[in-house]
Amino acid sequence: MSLFPELNAKFAERFSGKLTVNPVFREETTWAIDPSILVPLLTALRDEEDFDFLVDVSGVDNFGQEPRFEMVYELFSYKTLKNLRVKTWVSEDHLEVPTVSHLWRTADWHERETYDMMGIHFAGHPDLRRILMWDGYPYYPLRKDFPLEGKVSDLPDLAFSNVAPLEGGPFVTSPADLSADREPRARPTEI
Amino acid sequence: MATTELEIPDSLKRSAEAAEHSFDTVGEKMILNMGPSHPSTHGVLRIVLELDGEEILKATPDIGYLHRGDEKIAENMTWTQFIPYTDRLDYLAPLANNVAYTCAVEKLMGYELTPRAKVIRVICCELARISAHLLGIGAYTMDCGAVTVFLYTFTEREKIYNLIEVLTGARFTTSYTRVGGLARDLPPGFIQGVKDFIDQFPGRVDEIDNLLTRNRIFVDRTKDVGVISRADAISYGLTGPNLRGSGVEFDLRRHRPYLDYDQYDFEIPTGTVGDAYDRYLIRMEELRQSVKILRQALDRLPEGPINVEDPKNIMPKKHGVMTKMEELIQQFMIVTQGIDAPAGEVYFSAENPKGELGFYINSRGGGVPHRLKIRAPSFCNLSIVPHVMPGQMLSDVVAILGSLDFVMGECDR
Repeated sequence: MSLFPELNAKFAERFSGKLTVNPVFREETTWAIDPSILVPLLTALRDEEDFDFLVDVSGVDNFGQEPRFEMVYELFSYKTLKNLRVKTWVSEDHLEVPTVSHLWRTADWHERETYDMMGIHFAGHPDLRRILMWDGYPYYPLRKDFPLEGKVSDLPDLAFSNVAPLEGGPFVTSPADLSADREPRARPTEI
Repeated sequence: MATTELEIPDSLKRSAEAAEHSFDTVGEKMILNMGPSHPSTHGVLRIVLELDGEEILKATPDIGYLHRGDEKIAENMTWTQFIPYTDRLDYLAPLANNVAYTCAVEKLMGYELTPRAKVIRVICCELARISAHLLGIGAYTMDCGAVTVFLYTFTEREKIYNLIEVLTGARFTTSYTRVGGLARDLPPGFIQGVKDFIDQFPGRVDEIDNLLTRNRIFVDRTKDVGVISRADAISYGLTGPNLRGSGVEFDLRRHRPYLDYDQYDFEIPTGTVGDAYDRYLIRMEELRQSVKILRQALDRLPEGPINVEDPKNIMPKKHGVMTKMEELIQQFMIVTQGIDAPAGEVYFSAENPKGELGFYINSRGGGVPHRLKIRAPSFCNLSIVPHVMPGQMLSDVVAILGSLDFVMGECDR
């Protein structure tokens, strides 16, 4: 059962072999595509099918799976009131996706954020630099191998560049080292 | 022009490099830092302005000063544990964020809310909308010079805070909704309190209207300032009153209804010019429309349960937990392992006061999301600043920022 049968059929035929229509979940349509057809498909969706609003761009880190990253584009049309999700995969060896900021200007900042958080490069982006973290921050925080409490970054003269103290807090699944006569959930003394 | 050589590549250095190119300007260019700690930037926002006298050549916003890693935290918290974090996204309308998040998780779970829960959530959303718009208008007009209005709107907000405190226990960090319903039912006296508030509120909105809408100074300050065309508004992803100001008649409550909003009768104010004055007028009109929705909601508030019937994922009543074995086990499983969500991905968005707050949830089953992306309206609204500022005067910066009405808590997450 699909929500937009004509749309699905038209594009599945045009990009046959590189576009899969995922099963409808909670009344949402998702297309999983090969990264080589990303720009042609999104251009066609914007120009021919009136998907004029790029709602959201996010990256997903499937650590341990190959290909490791996924790029998810949420599209919406103000004319036809249709929602569509387009997903493509990005492998860790070739961490590059073509930009869509020439199609929707909002993709500019969204792609900067995805670069900042996941480390995925966007080929052709006008100004790809970090947006939430400071320029020169060495890590990509939203990756699964980046710990929750953070890592020490060697940027001198910057406040708060130690890791966050988590002992005794809600994320802890193992207790911190503490001596027997101290209260169990207190923070151990700094060495 | 004195430029300091910075070792760290910074947007300031980048602007300075851009300034090396020869522009056709009279005199020198000046780079002015509108720093993160500034009363008019509505939060911690840094804008690097390149000025030629009073005229702005380039404006580069620098965000991330309030970045707390909410999306990373969400990957380590159960669905219910994340609700207090949503309070702190748009901290001016915390109830609306709670509602949006729990509606997103309920979409993933496939729950259909009870009628009473839906109406109570609508009441929460509209109270939050009134509160956020009051602050938006107050701060915006205070920045433009009309300081009195700020105090008028904050008096009204105090009344709303009192109502919210009676309802949830906290003025600000409400965490009122739960996945599948609400934390607790309406306390006695709350409905009468809301009725008393909305009976006297339109008079207050009229007072503010009389002060500002036909005020020569205010109109001169905001008319034809920061004009955003319709095509730009859609392309830059603006939502909410900013989008409607540019002439796009679109409101998620009408066109993608949730919480039975299609059964309420209200109008969608839409602007024509797309300037700061239009955005102000839209917010004023939305205040009146919210009162209209609140009256309808209070009239149709049904009796009944507030939580969905799902013993495995809804917290049982405390007296059951203390006396019966099965409730005790349920409570234990829900608190330690979290709600058992199915695998899949959903995107749900709600019409928040600032725009469209969306949650993209990628779940692999279990109690913790695999990826939670927060589509923040203020993030997208702010992205138009480099486009709309050049050509304006320095004093218009404040008017434009106020009219965009963003919140850094949401923008940086």
